[in-house]
Amino acid sequence: MTLAATTVAASGTPGFLSPTGVEIAFLLVGLVTLGAALVTVTTRQLVHAALWLVVALGGLAVEYLLLTAEFIAWVQVLIYVGSVVVLLLFGLMLTKAPIGRSPDADSGNRWAALTVAVAAAVALVWVVVDAFRATWIDLDGPAAGTTEVTGASLFRHWVLPFEALSVLLLAALVGAIVLSRKARADAGPAAPGKEGAR
Amino acid sequence: MHLAYPAVLSALLFCTGLYGVLARRNAILVLMSVELMLNAVNLNLVAFDVWLSRAAKETLHSGQALTLFTIAIAAAEIGIGLAIVLAVHRNRGTSDIDKLRDTAEGPDAAGPGTEGPGTPAAGKAEATA
Repeated sequence: MTLAATTVAASGTPGFLSPTGVEIAFLLVGLVTLGAALVTVTTRQLVHAALWLVVALGGLAVEYLLLTAEFIAWVQVLIYVGSVVVLLLFGLMLTKAPIGRSPDADSGNRWAALTVAVAAAVALVWVVVDAFRATWIDLDGPAAGTTEVTGASLFRHWVLPFEALSVLLLAALVGAIVLSRKARADAGPAAPGKEGAR
Repeated sequence: MHLAYPAVLSALLFCTGLYGVLARRNAILVLMSVELMLNAVNLNLVAFDVWLSRAAKETLHSGQALTLFTIAIAAAEIGIGLAIVLAVHRNRGTSDIDKLRDTAEGPDAAGPGTEGPGTPAAGKAEATA
């Protein structure tokens, strides 16, 4: 504890006991996000899991806004909350998921999964806190992730990966169409709706 | 803001998604947990990018560019994944990943193999076509 205090004092960063307003907001939204994520992976009602996923992803968008990455935040709202969750709800409907409680939502290896997840959480949190205990993000000044900054870096330094990504999206589109088509041509298209989200 | 806050939140979200992937039985719930893990990685990328753009005067913004690429690839992944789940549901009548044990080894591997060699092979051929 004294070592941590001296490290913090030596590096000139504020301590954990006097949080700023942004930190308090980040902590509260983070608690909501984590709670929604926990409900998502533990609830027995399949549609409720998708709806709690909306809360978790929206909370993450707010966290991006608090980290001054506003373009990422709006992309998160558009892509994840807008299309991925809708796609998941369509998938739940098309696979005839039961409305209400389904007793077999969790498999038998739940306790092994819990052990692995808790062990990974303890190890990761310990390492991360030990490594970045005294690191301070300076959020003042111009925002680090406005649309202008992100667009300039994306189309100045990352043009080639960006174009390769568009080819990948096209391949995924064709792949989704081929996969969801019925084998016989006279049966007609089976499951439209997977392609419109991108 | 301390970098530890987003890093710890990201680690906890990742482990939540890990639990979901390992413990869920419905394939669509597994896909939701994969989305949670990807979002945890995205939060880490954004936080470290904001930190490095101030602390190290990094102007490439590689973290945010990589976050956008991850979001696009996650959208492609969820489309392909749901198409595969729907194909499996159409061929087998279930999206329960515990029942899809055709390639499993062990004592109960002979069970689904003996019920009829034609239908699972045809289903797999259609699902992978």
